[in-house]
Amino acid sequence: MALEERHGGEPADLHAQAGAHAAGHPSPKEYVRIGVILFVLTALEIAASYTKVSGAVLIPTLFVLAIVKFALVVLWFMHLKFDDRRYARFFVMGLAGASILYLVVLISFKVFL
Amino acid sequence: MADVAIERGGGHGADHPETTTGLPHTKLAMWIFLASECMLFGALITTYVLYRGRSLVPPFPADVFDIPYTSVSSFVLLASSLTMVLALSAAQQRDEGRMRLWLLATALLGMTFVGGQVYEFTAFYDEGLKLSTNLFGTTFYVLTGFHGVHVTVGVLMLLSLFGMSFARRLPDDPSFPVEMVGLYWHFVDIVWIVIFTVVYLIPTPSPGGPGGP
Repeated sequence: MALEERHGGEPADLHAQAGAHAAGHPSPKEYVRIGVILFVLTALEIAASYTKVSGAVLIPTLFVLAIVKFALVVLWFMHLKFDDRRYARFFVMGLAGASILYLVVLISFKVFL
Repeated sequence: MADVAIERGGGHGADHPETTTGLPHTKLAMWIFLASECMLFGALITTYVLYRGRSLVPPFPADVFDIPYTSVSSFVLLASSLTMVLALSAAQQRDEGRMRLWLLATALLGMTFVGGQVYEFTAFYDEGLKLSTNLFGTTFYVLTGFHGVHVTVGVLMLLSLFGMSFARRLPDDPSFPVEMVGLYWHFVDIVWIVIFTVVYLIPTPSPGGPGGP
């Protein structure tokens, strides 16, 4: 494999990728807004866990709230919404692989029955 | 075999990370590492769920869990994610003072979380829940212990960044290393989002009851 080292003349997209790529990322105000939403969702989760509703309602509610919080952090704080999609593909591959594998394990052991 | 061009920056400043794909190798490697961490924590969470409610001897989760206390810990970790992105934002604006402030705040919040976990483990131990007491003790300590170790590593990374900033060991544009540590830190946060829901908030079936042994 021939290796070519280039010093200077980098393509414009490399500049966008590496180092200072503040452009396109949320502003501090947006970060604080997302933070407040995460706090509210966590408070809702805790409040829901104290209610006397049945598990059939409570468990899906808690999962939905957790998934929304998870997505907010990954998309905004980890910038997957703004960065190159290839990062998202790698991460989703690992996340989906793990989710499917362990879901199959749990179903095999009849955890949901 | 195709030629591979290695971008190493240079003319426009030596801050540019190396790449052969158009994406910085370090950042790509970090995302692949985080994807592999999904497998690790997925296994630990699945094991906890598999053995949930199957302990034959007390203490059971309802005997030891203090939800208000753990809720405060969750808010602390969420707050640390916010301070981490504010540190990144300051680094992107090359505002070194604010970057250091937010990095230190993130590290302190992380240390508070770990300290809270150490206190929680000590309280549980005093109540009779040891690693080998029952299935709950084994799966709980291994899962939350692994997470706690990850948070501790994150705190060390944050303090290293903070120290390197004072020692002028960071590049002129410090946003890249701050972003890499930030990715790891946010991952630790999203793992806790899942642990908090699955382990603490979802009620565990009692022994002899529905879903129990």
